[in-house]
Amino acid sequence: MNAILRDFVQSFLAFLERVGLLVRFALRLAVILPSALMRPRPIIEQVYNTGAMSLVIIMTCGLFIGMVLGMQGYDLLTRFGSEEYLGTATAVSLLRELGPVVTALLFAGRAGTALAAELGLMRATDQIAAMEIMAVDPMRRVVLPRFLGGVIAMPLLVSIFIVVGLFGAQLVGVELFGVDSGSFWSQMRSSVELGDIREGLVKGVVFGVACSLIAVYEGYNAMPTAEGVGRATTRTVVISAVVTLILDYILTALML
Amino acid sequence: MDSGKIVFSGLDIEIGRGAVTAIMGPSGTGKTTLLKLITGQVGADRGQVVVDGHDVARLNRKQIYALRRRMGMLFQNGALLTDLDVFENVAFPLREHTRLPERLIRTIVLTKLHAVGLRGAASLYPQQLSGGMGRRVALARAIVMDPEILIYDEPFAGLDPISMGVVLRLIRSLNDALGITSIVVTHDVREISQIADMSFIIAEGKVVASGTTAELRDHPSPIVHQFVDGLADGPVPFHYPAAEYHEQLLGGKVFA
Repeated sequence: MNAILRDFVQSFLAFLERVGLLVRFALRLAVILPSALMRPRPIIEQVYNTGAMSLVIIMTCGLFIGMVLGMQGYDLLTRFGSEEYLGTATAVSLLRELGPVVTALLFAGRAGTALAAELGLMRATDQIAAMEIMAVDPMRRVVLPRFLGGVIAMPLLVSIFIVVGLFGAQLVGVELFGVDSGSFWSQMRSSVELGDIREGLVKGVVFGVACSLIAVYEGYNAMPTAEGVGRATTRTVVISAVVTLILDYILTALML
Repeated sequence: MDSGKIVFSGLDIEIGRGAVTAIMGPSGTGKTTLLKLITGQVGADRGQVVVDGHDVARLNRKQIYALRRRMGMLFQNGALLTDLDVFENVAFPLREHTRLPERLIRTIVLTKLHAVGLRGAASLYPQQLSGGMGRRVALARAIVMDPEILIYDEPFAGLDPISMGVVLRLIRSLNDALGITSIVVTHDVREISQIADMSFIIAEGKVVASGTTAELRDHPSPIVHQFVDGLADGPVPFHYPAAEYHEQLLGGKVFA
């Protein structure tokens, strides 16, 4: 029993230490943020790398999730004879939950792993050390643009995911099952509130900060070996997914 | 060090201005650690590293970066930035530290690339270069800011004889033409002895011998004799400490 308790305390302390290191890392990013904003070009490049390069997977998944929502929603709503509310139902679920959460999970898998692997490999091949020797701060030159690129790209990806998802739901509900197109869109317009859109965007920004921070932190601090880089990418996906879902609960509770 | 192992104890080295100084020693004696001490990448628990009158350990981040701007370093594997082509790799320190007009940057970069014989490779990416070419590009990058001190970490490792000869001559000619101080860490005794003004042999955490090439050749110490002549056995044992050979073969324990 003592051993179990000791293990628990030890892993809790290790967890606290990791959180502390992550916070210190984030604070350092915050301190150098103003100077990085003076050089927007690397940030724009990273918005392209993390955002534009994730578009295909985001749009494909958005389309299919929208279509599934359309199908399930139609099946459920016809039981109550209120299939004209299909537009509202899909819009609210996409805006408030599925859009930001699924985008964040996909972002962690596509862009987060790419960021972590790239930074880990730069560490393993001495590129980070070379920058330090050249008196160039790698946090400023490499880490911050990648972090900001992710933070900017995420709400944009969330928006695109939601729009494509709505199109998918419309495709199934209106074109396939014959829900009246007018009521699909007008019900949506009259019942979706600004608060729903705000909730989606706030979640997008928060998940963007969390997932990008985890990816650059894990990559930058990866052990400089093949195994270390592999572990960093795995950790990026796992931690991002868990943190996203926990944050989602907290944000939902706060904004309801 | 983190592992608790003492790397150096009682180490005393003085490196002359404007000379080529070789630091040699068997693998694992901490030669690379010594370079990291000089460049301020790691700090010593005790003792001092003084570069041009500055105690490296006492400098803050800004001062260390200012000192590093006067240094160039050639990494074992080149450590070129893989997302930039050869030209941009060499231009990187200029773009980070100066506001020179594009025309001047172009001229400087081409001059440095010409000095290492790779002006024609300016548009290639690091992945397209051979080991020797990569090393020469890294050398061009290391001298692009006209450093006062140039540090080479194992510049000959993994090079074919022709590339090795080229790099060897470059080290000497750059040293003489630019009047820089060169520090070469290597275990290629024969090669470095052709160009070094002064050599130090490090073993077991301290300097076991120092002097010119001729002085080292006639050095009485058996460890110097073993190292210079490349003998398998001597004070540095060929075998890692183990149990008696016959005991282990005859079914005793696998590990001592």
